[in-house]
Amino acid sequence: MADDASNGAPAGGQWPLWEVFTQEQTGQPHEHAGSVHAVDAEQALQNARDVFGRRGKVVSVWVVPTEQITASTPGDAGPFFDPGSDKAYRHPQFYKAPRGVRIY
Amino acid sequence: MGYGSAPDEPETGAGSDAPERYRPVSERAAAVRPSASTGEHAAPLVEALLRLADDRLVLGHRLSEWCGHAPILEEDIALANIALDLIGQASLLLEHAGQVEGRGRSADALAYFRDAVEFRNLLLAELPNGDFAVTIVRQFLWSAFAVPHLKQLSASADATLAGIAAKGHKEATYHLRHAADWVLKLGDGTVESHARAQRALDELWPYVHEMFRTDDVEAPLVAAGVTIDPSTLQLAWRESVASVCRAATLKVPGDGWKAQGGREGRHTEHLGHLLGEMQILARSHPGAEW
Repeated sequence: MADDASNGAPAGGQWPLWEVFTQEQTGQPHEHAGSVHAVDAEQALQNARDVFGRRGKVVSVWVVPTEQITASTPGDAGPFFDPGSDKAYRHPQFYKAPRGVRIY
Repeated sequence: MGYGSAPDEPETGAGSDAPERYRPVSERAAAVRPSASTGEHAAPLVEALLRLADDRLVLGHRLSEWCGHAPILEEDIALANIALDLIGQASLLLEHAGQVEGRGRSADALAYFRDAVEFRNLLLAELPNGDFAVTIVRQFLWSAFAVPHLKQLSASADATLAGIAAKGHKEATYHLRHAADWVLKLGDGTVESHARAQRALDELWPYVHEMFRTDDVEAPLVAAGVTIDPSTLQLAWRESVASVCRAATLKVPGDGWKAQGGREGRHTEHLGHLLGEMQILARSHPGAEW
């Protein structure tokens, strides 16, 4: 009872990891801000708020269990992404934008 | 610097060569006695503002003691955030108190150059942090009071106080959500966490009654709509605390001995130690800025 139990530290390793996405302005995309540890969604939301929202400029926050994210691996990089780089026709750059249309 | 050379700054203390505005207002700080024994107190609004401010300053300092010691990194940051919110509220309230008092005392002068008997905080705020359960349960019990209190104060006839209260209410609402969530997790958690949370609740309960005490000092302010009678908050407070405790499988203790005295400057032995740490830098180097 002297060590872990007495200071409330999570026993047997870390709590589950959650990915945090914050939005800085209504209408803007939620962007990945980092990750936090938490035992459930409410605590994840609070920890995300405290770690990533405490200096202002955040209007909304999402948390997602890290294990729910399926990610590409570094080995996928070649087959996944290289073929796109030499196919200019995949970019919508051969059109003339009508007047009054904002170009991003 | 070589051994034995002259110090680069003269040793100063609040009572020595400190600038006038940093010195205690009392002629002899050591002779200041609790208002409980003298029956004397400052102007009602100053007293009321000091009560509000000192609760937050002292509790904020207690929470800051967790910095670097909380169970996990995220909670460490959360407690530090809450501490900073409370100290921020205290700073605004003390500044207002100093202006109302009209004796030229700044927020810093009131925070760092009053002695324990001049503090007006609840005894609940100055109790040591204990284990994590004590800290959380205290934060929960107090925040459940602070939220409705600040909400009502945000309609104060004193516009400055109303503004500070409105800002504080938003912060306190989060503090309550955070603490209540932890009370649920500790109470309805493991056998160990439940036992600790229940013990914390039992130990702190005698100190909650002071939150709702009414006295004559604030009566004219209550009548004028400047502050509110805290006893009117008690019923709703008991209901909200009971509902969280029920969900957390914690038993609300019965009312027994009721600790009081903080509002009149009669404190536990713990406040002096807390102030010693909080005030040492400002008193050693009066006027220093950092």
